[in-house]
Amino acid sequence: MSPILTVQGLKKVYNDGTTALQGVDFTVQPGEFLAIIGPSGAGKSTLMRCINRLVEPSAGKVHFNGADVLKANQRQLRLLRREMGMIFQSFNLIPRVTVLDNVLNGRLGYMNSVKGAIGLFPQQEIEAAMRILARVGLSDQAFKRASELSGGQQQRVGIARALAQNPKLILADEPIASLDPVTSESIMNYIYRICREDGITCLINLHQVEFAKQYATRIIGIRAGHIVFDGAAEQLTPAIIQQIYH
Amino acid sequence: MNADAVREKLSGVASAGIAVKKAAAPERLKNGRFLAGAMVAGVLLFIFSLQQLHFDYARLGSGTLELLTMAVKMWPPNAADWRLVLLAAAETLQITWLAILLSVAMAFGLSFFGAANISPHRGIFWLVRGFAALMRAIPVLVWAIIFVAAMGLGPLPGILALAIHSLGMMVKVFADSIEEMDQRLLEALRASGASWLQVVVRGVVPSVATYFLSWTLLRFDIDLRYATILGVVGAGGIGWQLIRAMRMYELNEALFITIVIFAMLYAVEMLSNYLKKKIIKTA
Repeated sequence: MSPILTVQGLKKVYNDGTTALQGVDFTVQPGEFLAIIGPSGAGKSTLMRCINRLVEPSAGKVHFNGADVLKANQRQLRLLRREMGMIFQSFNLIPRVTVLDNVLNGRLGYMNSVKGAIGLFPQQEIEAAMRILARVGLSDQAFKRASELSGGQQQRVGIARALAQNPKLILADEPIASLDPVTSESIMNYIYRICREDGITCLINLHQVEFAKQYATRIIGIRAGHIVFDGAAEQLTPAIIQQIYH
Repeated sequence: MNADAVREKLSGVASAGIAVKKAAAPERLKNGRFLAGAMVAGVLLFIFSLQQLHFDYARLGSGTLELLTMAVKMWPPNAADWRLVLLAAAETLQITWLAILLSVAMAFGLSFFGAANISPHRGIFWLVRGFAALMRAIPVLVWAIIFVAAMGLGPLPGILALAIHSLGMMVKVFADSIEEMDQRLLEALRASGASWLQVVVRGVVPSVATYFLSWTLLRFDIDLRYATILGVVGAGGIGWQLIRAMRMYELNEALFITIVIFAMLYAVEMLSNYLKKKIIKTA
């Protein structure tokens, strides 16, 4: 099977001179649930943002589903991004609009620019968005403002928005870092279950090693912009964890 | 790290701290001297200007007396021409309303190009910001004089003068509001493949709408105040009536016009406070 994502020699130096990534290589096969762990500041977020070019890499290659992401022009980039759903630590919903509208924002990449902007979504897209909301247990919240929801509920809207994109890949950047332990567990379950059921490949940045070991089919450990571990959860010994975090 | 290394590091930090203080002391002294010098220069300029402009204390006394007798003569207010005065007041309100809507509509469109975080191009950003700075750097009365000279007396030059000057401020405050919004919300839309237009309309507009409304209300207040004096240079409205009454020494009528101006400004301020509360509630 050909890989869905290939990252080669990826480097990122920010304008202020900070080196976030110093040559990262890895390959992801379709269907993997890949956790990326490491201390804060190790470059996990930058890595994820270089894959969909929210951050422009300084050097290296990213291939997604056969396409060269870094060579894509603005229009091609839109088409690539719509196939990669992203879930954020701070949910990043538009607080003043409804939950349903936030989910429909996941469809913008598929819409004509003007029609999408003024919100002329076809009826079947609205129905599809409602079905996705039902999957994350938020049918009765669809017409509330996003800001009225609790943190865990907002993250479920974030998952629904990513899912509305019909993505081949989900990039989840610390999706549970702002949530309490019980809610974190529930959110992890939602992300895991949905990716399994729909056959979506998932890259997930995690701070908590226990969650990574519990869910991931594979774990990558990052420290100071380098990959220091790449293997199965069972191979992640306390000694290696020590090495990643200290 | 062993104890020696820690001690060495700490002593290094301490000596570095002293070095910084030593370097900072002359700097502070220099700043202090400069500020003291500036204050002395300010006082000297004040005294020099009193002399230069013949600040006449005798005239100050007689003028104050004259002002008081005039105030007495102004009473009671003469409302004989009330129809004319109220129509002029209405014209002032209309000038303000047209000017504010024109400037808000234009500023709304321009601000997305003048906000650093979403402007499609650095060059466009500077162009819009520069244009706005120029528009508001030129005072309203100067704009009004220019437009009156170009197109004659009446409300039209007043509307244009107010609209242009407001536009300069509205572009700045709108664009600043956009720059201050949570960038992460826009990141999420971009990540889903949304186009620039979609990011602006679906992400930026709902997030800044209440700020834009509050700024518009504030600017309406300011513009109404400007509109009352625009008549002085012949750009229509109630200011023209006030100047006419004063020139003809119709002091009682001038008092009535002043009362109307005051009532109008006060009523609008009450209304805008009420609306502001409503806006905050929807936020």
